[in-house]
Parts: sequence; structure tokens; C-alpha cells
Amino acid sequence: MFGWEFPPHHSGGLGIACLGLTRALSALGYQLVFVMPKKLPVGAQWAKFVFADMPEVKAIGVHSFAMPYGTGTRVVYGQDGAPVYGWNLYGEVVRYASTGAQIAAREDCDVIYAHDWLSFGAGIEAARATGKPLIVHVHATEYDRCGGPWGINPDVYAIEKRGMEIADAVIAVSEYTKNIIVREYGIRAEKVHVVHNGIDAATMPQAGTTLSRLRELKRSGYAIVLFLGRVTLQKGPDYFLRVAQRVRQKNPKVLFVMSGSGDMEAQMMRYAAQLGIADKVLFTGFVSGSERHEMYVAANLFVMPSVSEPFGITTLEAMRLGTPVLISKQSGVSEAVNHVLKADFWDVEDMTNKILAVVGYAGLSETLSQNGSREAEGLTWDRAAQKVDNIIENVLKSRV
Amino acid sequence: MNSMRTVCFYFQVHQPYRVKRYRVFDIGNDPEYFNDRGETNLNNRRIVEKVAQKSYIPATRMILYLLRAHPEFRVSFSFSGIVLEQLERWAPEALDLFKQVVDTGRAEVLGETYYHSLAFFYSRGEFERQVAKHRELVRRIFGVWPRVFRNTELSYRNDLAHWAEGSGYAGILAEGWDPILGWRSPNYLYRPQGTERIKLLLKNYKLSDDIAFRFSSRSWSEWPLTAEKFGQWLSSSGGDTINLFMDYETFGEHQWEDTGIFKFLERLPSEVFKNPELCFRTPSEVIALHDVKDHVDMQHVVTWADTDRDLTAWVGNPMQEAAINQIYALEDAVLEKNDPKLLEDWRRLQTSDHFYYMCTKWFQDGDVHAYFSPYESPYDAYIAYMNALSDLRLRLGK
Repeated sequence: MFGWEFPPHHSGGLGIACLGLTRALSALGYQLVFVMPKKLPVGAQWAKFVFADMPEVKAIGVHSFAMPYGTGTRVVYGQDGAPVYGWNLYGEVVRYASTGAQIAAREDCDVIYAHDWLSFGAGIEAARATGKPLIVHVHATEYDRCGGPWGINPDVYAIEKRGMEIADAVIAVSEYTKNIIVREYGIRAEKVHVVHNGIDAATMPQAGTTLSRLRELKRSGYAIVLFLGRVTLQKGPDYFLRVAQRVRQKNPKVLFVMSGSGDMEAQMMRYAAQLGIADKVLFTGFVSGSERHEMYVAANLFVMPSVSEPFGITTLEAMRLGTPVLISKQSGVSEAVNHVLKADFWDVEDMTNKILAVVGYAGLSETLSQNGSREAEGLTWDRAAQKVDNIIENVLKSRV
Repeated sequence: MNSMRTVCFYFQVHQPYRVKRYRVFDIGNDPEYFNDRGETNLNNRRIVEKVAQKSYIPATRMILYLLRAHPEFRVSFSFSGIVLEQLERWAPEALDLFKQVVDTGRAEVLGETYYHSLAFFYSRGEFERQVAKHRELVRRIFGVWPRVFRNTELSYRNDLAHWAEGSGYAGILAEGWDPILGWRSPNYLYRPQGTERIKLLLKNYKLSDDIAFRFSSRSWSEWPLTAEKFGQWLSSSGGDTINLFMDYETFGEHQWEDTGIFKFLERLPSEVFKNPELCFRTPSEVIALHDVKDHVDMQHVVTWADTDRDLTAWVGNPMQEAAINQIYALEDAVLEKNDPKLLEDWRRLQTSDHFYYMCTKWFQDGDVHAYFSPYESPYDAYIAYMNALSDLRLRLGK
């Protein structure tokens, strides 16, 4: 299984999904070798970890893997907020791909499984070298990252498309993502299987007690509305602030917290000032682990206004902790859950209406909280792994 | 003892005034809560017109035909006041057919609350005012005076029977729910605990639901249900009376015409008359014909809703409780204001359907359409309702 990140070294949902899925698959009897491009202090007792930059792994030439070097501007952040993978992300991806064949040849395996475009190259090489079937798991597409077809990176698109074409089966994290895969990448619908992400105790952020400031504000009568995610176009932080401005006009006792880092962070701080709501918006920067847990618990409402969200695992985290949730309909998770509020990301009025209702009307947050946490408890990784197991079985059968 | 066994039909006719998608920005700006004019299922006029075409008009034509074809055929109806109002405005043809049916003298009209509310359990004064207002409307439209009472959603408790007896009703309707009846059959009349004269008619829910819910269900082992087969089931049922209580929308709306529901209704009387011991009777006639067999004690509310048969479909979660408590908390202020439009809006907001739309107990995976709601989710229903309520409070100066 080729991945790119794994907790505690992860920037978002991909790492958490890899943790949840590998654990549940191993419980079903799978023996997993989890390959990462770079040596990092990660581990889990249910999988063997292999790092592609270990001295015994030699980078070898990659054939027919055309890709420019040095144009990457994406950065993957680690737990401490520092970049794990450098600015030259493509260089890393190509180096990773070149080691795929060698690693796979050393490890005895039945199926090659690659998570997202960063690992597709390594997966393809591994499948080619071993003749084993390839499954690619799509957690996000270039279309989501760019918030639509404008400005997509043609090289990333090409890697994604090639990986999905060569793969024996494609796993999408939602119907929403499957639609993009079929429509924008021209992949046959029968080949694309939907497996919703899950949540369980192992993938939950742990409790902590460090955020006394938030608790103080809450005690003084403020309601807290939380954004938690990368501060980037795809996640709709600008819509969050526009909603904040509308809410403030009706109810000044609502505080908006923007948690996360990203390429739009500075821009959002300026935007909040422009909107005249700088006093109502708190920017926390990147949070993880126990701080994340506390953010969810402190919040009266978690908002995920994503412009395009393949799934949105944070929604399950908030629900599981009993925090009411408002999500955009342009998200994969919205097809998997009922006990949340939903709005179109661009419908600032509707989101404002719903936020004010949660803050103002007795019974709403209690009902969302009770029903939401119960619903999230049923959406386990075991359930997701069961579906993946069926897909793997069918792929192996069709190879015989 | 009388050896005739009676078949007693009661059809519920009701449509609420659904609250439009009333947003927080409308509070203080828009005093109209029920006037959606779009292509949605919140457009009350559109729904009444649709249901009239699909159900009320064809079904009532059929009933009228059956009453003319069979002098021994009988039915009874309970109409909410607000459905009668809406029919008067938007589907007068349907209302006219109902009048013709009642004019035959062989169709009884039952008493209920004007606003199809749960007021009995929240405000006795308001409940009585709504019952009186309903009685006036029934008298004006049909020229009759209800003698048998049925409360919203067939909700019932001992004290409701006490009230009905004290108010002069000869009979009252309730669900024939086994856990309460025990070994007793719903096919007899009973005396409510603590009363002396009034008689209790219980719904035979198995046979009623065979028509109302299972009729078109192909996974049901008895599908397709023919009038002949159902006639035989009635024939072989014991007891004094078989009470078939259901929503009138069963005919044409819940069970579409192409399921054969109208053909079924058309043929049923002839099948029943094949057995000379069976006859159709109205609730008042059933009460006159049969004696009570035993006392029935219902200390807790019983309704005809889902598998729980209680009020949890209307007041089972914190949203529903907040909404219903807050609407009744405004009673004194509303009455004091003495503003007819405000009073009317407050009462329309008491209709039980609003709270039903907020129910979350069936809103689980893949089960979203297991019950009918014009809202995207129970949460959306609650938000629209509470926004409207906030505006009402503003109008009250509170």
C-alpha cells in the first residue's frame, strides 16, 4: 500500500483515512506493507512500514512517466506546521515513483494499493514490476483542490488520469467524487466504487485541556462557530467570513474561529478586517491532536463551507464529539450523513439563517448533537474496510 | 343481542398550512408564514389542488356513487377546519362533493379541533375554543352537529373521554392498540375508565392498515388485495363491529389510482353484502346498536402513529418540545392582544403537522423518505417554524 502521509505526520484527511483503513483491514486479516516516500517517525502495530528513502532502496529510472520538475508549489505540512515534503513536490513524487518497483519486488504481495496522485506513480511501477493488480483510492482530485476546472494543473491531472486508467479498480470516497472521476477524467463508472470514509476511536483527536481562552469566551456568553481545515480556496474560508459578517449584523455575541493554515491565511486576515469583523474572528493557525479535540468541543457549531469537498472527515469528528455541524452540499460527506445542517456553499444567506438558528433556538443543537453522535458512531472504518475487502476480492477473482 | 356485525368506515381529511421557508431575515419584515407561491411542496394552494384532483374528487365521486347504488352503505368523515377552509378557497368542487355525500344522511361528520392541534394536552381552554370553532364551521358547511369526537392523530387518554362525555358526545374514537387491550378485541365497544355513558370505538388497525399501508406493497404476501378477499376477512372477523379508520388520502394519494385502489373501493360494498350478517354503519349507529363489553383504561396518550403509538412522532425530541412549549406559552399574550390575524397565525402554528415534520426518529440511513415531509430535513422544518414564531413574538411586542 503506497501512501504519502500517516499520523502523526499528516496535513489532513488523507493521513487519517490511511490510519483508519489500514487498521480495519488488518482486523479483517490483511497483512499490510505501508510505503511512504520518506523516513518519518510513524508506525502502527498492524502494518509494516517501509520508507522509500532508506539507503537500501535505490531510486531507479522511471519509464514513460513524463513530468516536469521544479514547478511544484504545494507543500505538505507536518504536525508542527513545518513542511515535510519540500517545495519541489514533483521531484519527490518522481523519486517516489522510481522506487515503487523495487520495493514491491522485495515485498511479497497480492495487490498493490495506492492512495491519491502522489502515490499513483509508485503504485503503477509496482504493479508493472510484479504483475499484480492495482487499486487506486481517490481521496481528492485536482478539481477539488482548485475549486473547479479553473487553474487545474495539467500535470497533476495527467498523473491522476493515468493512475485511474491503469488501475484495475478505482475507489472514490463519495458519489460526489465518483461523479468527478467519471465526468472529468473519463473513467468508466462500473470501474469506480464508492467507499465512504469512517470514524472510530483510533482516528479521533484526543482530549486535552489547553484552550482556556475559548472556554472563557464561552462563559462570557459568546457562541463559538468553528472553521477547521486548510485555509485554502477549496475549503471556502472566504464564504465563512462573509457569513460571519452577516451573522454579526443580527447577533454580535457570536465568535468565529478559523483554525488551520494554508495559502489564504494572510489574505483571510486582511479580508476579515475589510469586512469590519476583525474583532469577531479569531485565527488560531494550525492545530492538531488535542487542540483539535478541544476546538470541536468548545464550538457551538462546526462549519465546513467547502467549495468542493471529496469527503470531509472533520465532519465525522465533530459529530462524534457531539458538536452540531453545518456543511456545504458540495461535499461527499453530505451524502453519508443526515443529522447535520446542509447549505450550498455560495448561499451566504442560508448559512447565516442556519447558524443563527443553532445559536438562538433551544433544542436544535441538542437534537443535532444527540442524533449526530449516534449517527457518526455507525459510520465506522470497519464498515469501510468491509467494502474495500469486497472490491479487492473481486479484482483478484477477475485476474484468475 | 343484535346479531348484525357492523363495518364502520371513518376517513380523516386534513391538510395543514405549511410554513414557508421563512428565514431569519424575514423576522420583523414579513408577517405571512403560509403563503409560499413557488413550485415546492410548501405551496399550500398547489398541494390542496393536487390532492383534490388525485384523491378527494375521484374518491368522493366514488363514495357518492356507492351511496346511491347501495342504500345500506355508510361512511363517516372527520375534516379539520383548516382543510375545509382551504377546499372552500382552492378546490370548491371537492367541497361540493363532500356536501352531497353528507346530504345523503348516510355519512356522519365527526367532531375534532379546528386546527388539527394537540391543544388538549397543552391548553384545555384553547382546545375547547378550537372544538367550538370547528363545530360552527361544520354546521355552516354541512348543516350537521357532530355527536362523536375524534382527537388529532387519534390521540386519546382517559381524561379526553371524561371531557367528551361532559361535553355531550355519545362516542369517541381511539386506536385499538394490543398492549392496552390485552386479550380484548378492538371489534367491540368499550366504556372509557371513569365514564358512565360515552362509548369507545377502537380502530382495527390490522385490517385498516391492510388498505391504508399495505394495499400496493408487492412484498406483502397477500398482495394483490382484492375486494373479494378483504370481504372474506371481514366476514370471518369476530366481534360486534369492525372499525376501519384511515386517512382519506389513502385513496388516490397514498395509494395511487394505478394500484387499483378505486376499483377496490367500488367493489367492496357488494362483497360485504354477500354476508347477510354484515352491514355498514356510521359511528353513531354503531353506538346505538351495540352495548359495551368492558372498561378500557388508557392513562397515557395513545395515538395511531407508527409502531410506538404515542406522541413521540410529534414531541419526541428537544426541538419538538421547544417548539410546542413555546407556541402554547404565548397563549395569554395572544388572547390579550385581541388581534384576529395574530390569533389566526398563532393557531395555525399549532397544527400537529408542524411538529411531525421535525421528527428525527425515522430520519436514518436510507430511510429519509419513510415519512412525508415537504422540508429537506427535520432541522429545516424546525428552523422555518422557529423563525416564524420569533416574528409572531415580535408582533406581540414580546
